[in-house]
Amino acid sequence: MTTPVTTPAPAAAAPAGVSSPPRLRRVKDHRPGRPRRSKLLTVLTSLVVLYTVVPLIWLVINATKTQSGLANSGGLWFADDFALWENIRDTFTYGDGIFTRWLLNTLLYVVLGAGGATLLAVLGGYALAKFDFPGKRGVFATVIGAVAVPGTALAVPTFLMFSKMGLTDTPWAVILPSLVSPFGLYLMWVFASEAIPTELLEAARMDGAGEARTFFTVALPLLAPGIVTVLLFTTVATWNNYFLPLIMLKDPDWYPLTLGLSAWNSQAETVGGEVVFNLVITGSLLTILPLVVAFLFLQKYWQSGLAAGSVKE
Amino acid sequence: MRRRTSRLLGGIALVTSLALGATACGGSDDGAGTESVSAEDIQAALDKGGTVTVWSWEPTLKTVAADFQKKYPKVKINLVSERSGDKHYTALSNAISAGKGVPDVAQLEYFSVGQYSLTKGLTDLSGFGAGKLASKYTAGPWNAVTEGDKVYGLPMDSGPMALFYNKKVFDKYKIAVPTTWDEYLDAARKLHKADPKAYIANDTGDAGFTTSLLWQAGSRPYKVDGTSVKIDFSDASAKKFTTVWQKLIDEKLLAPVTSWTDDWYKGLGDGSIATLSTGAWMPANFESGVPNASGQWRVAPLPAWTKGDKASAENGGSALTVPALARNKELAYAFVEYANSGEGVASRVSEGAFPATQAELKSAEFLGKEFPYFGGQKANEIFADSAANVADDWSYLPFQAYANSIFNDTVGKAYISGTRLEDGLKAWQDASVKYGEEQGFTVEK
Repeated sequence: MTTPVTTPAPAAAAPAGVSSPPRLRRVKDHRPGRPRRSKLLTVLTSLVVLYTVVPLIWLVINATKTQSGLANSGGLWFADDFALWENIRDTFTYGDGIFTRWLLNTLLYVVLGAGGATLLAVLGGYALAKFDFPGKRGVFATVIGAVAVPGTALAVPTFLMFSKMGLTDTPWAVILPSLVSPFGLYLMWVFASEAIPTELLEAARMDGAGEARTFFTVALPLLAPGIVTVLLFTTVATWNNYFLPLIMLKDPDWYPLTLGLSAWNSQAETVGGEVVFNLVITGSLLTILPLVVAFLFLQKYWQSGLAAGSVKE
Repeated sequence: MRRRTSRLLGGIALVTSLALGATACGGSDDGAGTESVSAEDIQAALDKGGTVTVWSWEPTLKTVAADFQKKYPKVKINLVSERSGDKHYTALSNAISAGKGVPDVAQLEYFSVGQYSLTKGLTDLSGFGAGKLASKYTAGPWNAVTEGDKVYGLPMDSGPMALFYNKKVFDKYKIAVPTTWDEYLDAARKLHKADPKAYIANDTGDAGFTTSLLWQAGSRPYKVDGTSVKIDFSDASAKKFTTVWQKLIDEKLLAPVTSWTDDWYKGLGDGSIATLSTGAWMPANFESGVPNASGQWRVAPLPAWTKGDKASAENGGSALTVPALARNKELAYAFVEYANSGEGVASRVSEGAFPATQAELKSAEFLGKEFPYFGGQKANEIFADSAANVADDWSYLPFQAYANSIFNDTVGKAYISGTRLEDGLKAWQDASVKYGEEQGFTVEK
């Protein structure tokens, strides 16, 4: 918004130091410019790391076990049998290879749902940030309100509506609601108003570029880091979406991975059902791998992009 | 009870289904009349062909559907592998209330048949000739799918109860296999004393199990006559159950593990859960869920409430029904008949299903089958004997699915707090009565 101060002032450190700390503390070996190590923070961070990593380790370890190995061994160490490759093979072949179908369904929902949601968020966010039109405040209030409403709460009304439209039990029932991402729109809006100087747009218009060309050649490159962020958010949300497809879909051929794995899991609760906890676990591991990969790759781009946007030449 | 409940969805299902029920009851009786369809009509439909959509979780139906299509090439069976329990009822109730997407055939557990038939959600199959099949089935299951002359489905499987016990554990601690529930209590004490990590059974409160044991004890808490219902858990027979079970709970002799969870399968495998009193459909789940304990388990008759008494009960089991909104009823009935009364039965039994039909239960081949999992024991002899001793005068509530869903809020408290089991049952009774009245039933306490 405002032009940043050109001197390289340590923006983050300054306010903290100024806010009247007791002078005595200063005597201790506090060298400015080098962050102190806090034992408390280290411990807390380690706890959080453990909390997030242990389930992941558990998943990897248990994906190597057979059904009887799972029952015979503790959760955090390997069983006598190492069956990871068999488990992976069985996951893809069990039930006539339905897992692959679920994987493709999930990809379809992510590409169309999350991709579409990102596209709409970018277009909408840009428009709201850079154009003035009557009713903008109303749109703002609606979007902020929508951010506060969890999608889960809307699932049942959406089901009833879709049921009337005859859309339930079709892929559209999952894709259409995924296209709406109020949070993504809000993020793009804020990002667009920060990242694109209005002067730049005016310059482009002066040079005779149409609105479309201005958007695609001037605005879009500047928005890239924001787009990746929104894409990541919507991808994760769509990939992990469980409740919406649970309500909408009946036909296992259209299940995403989340529903499919849950169906495999519930076989254990069914009379005569085959208990396949080993495949549920291996399937879960396979399910999160693409997300982990996406995060590792996009995160780099995302971080550097954000940093690049924060300092203006 | 055959599976865990997911309450939220169950609640939604019940609200919708019963709201529908209320309107259906209030409306005129049109469409409720019995259709009359002759065998020729059914044959004509089979020759003409069409698609039958079947919602079921029964794994053995896959082969049956394939065989049926081979026999009647013009008919396509669209078998939708249903997820179990409440989700299934949610989906079915939603489809019925929307009037769209209703399957031609739906699997229903016995306890829920009444709920759907009372709300006119099911086709009376007596006009299709189902009434003539009465003598083919054992009494308990047949009683569960009929109401007077009306037949709302054909029994698919049954769950006469037996006691599965881990022989290895029993031998290790030299405990005799209990024949009465009092002996069972003693065995529980002895076992837990010998190995504090071992329990005679797991139980965290299970509506299906409790009602089955009440059934066996001779208690008849539910009396149903059309829309008038009586609920009473205070008879002397119910007291037999609460007395023994209260002791098991008080002395902490029951493993705090919920059935059908991974912990449960683990406990069945490692000897920490030493017995399981459940329906005869259990062997298939043992084989796939607890492969590592193969050879350790055996089957015995369900312990009796008084020595020498042979009374048994059913636990679980389900029927195939034809919803009232099914589009292709002739074909639907043809498939149901094929699967549950005709050639399908043999094929399903060979894949491990436990039949509800007399002929199979009495056949030498069935009775003589040796189960390698149970050390070569001829377990079907015990199951068939149990099936023959099931009292057929038991009935479930016409809103049993709802009642079961609130079991843990009432009786379940007895397992985790100081609430007495008897008081828990009373609370369950009160909550069920209240709900029944709200739904327009005449409820007598």
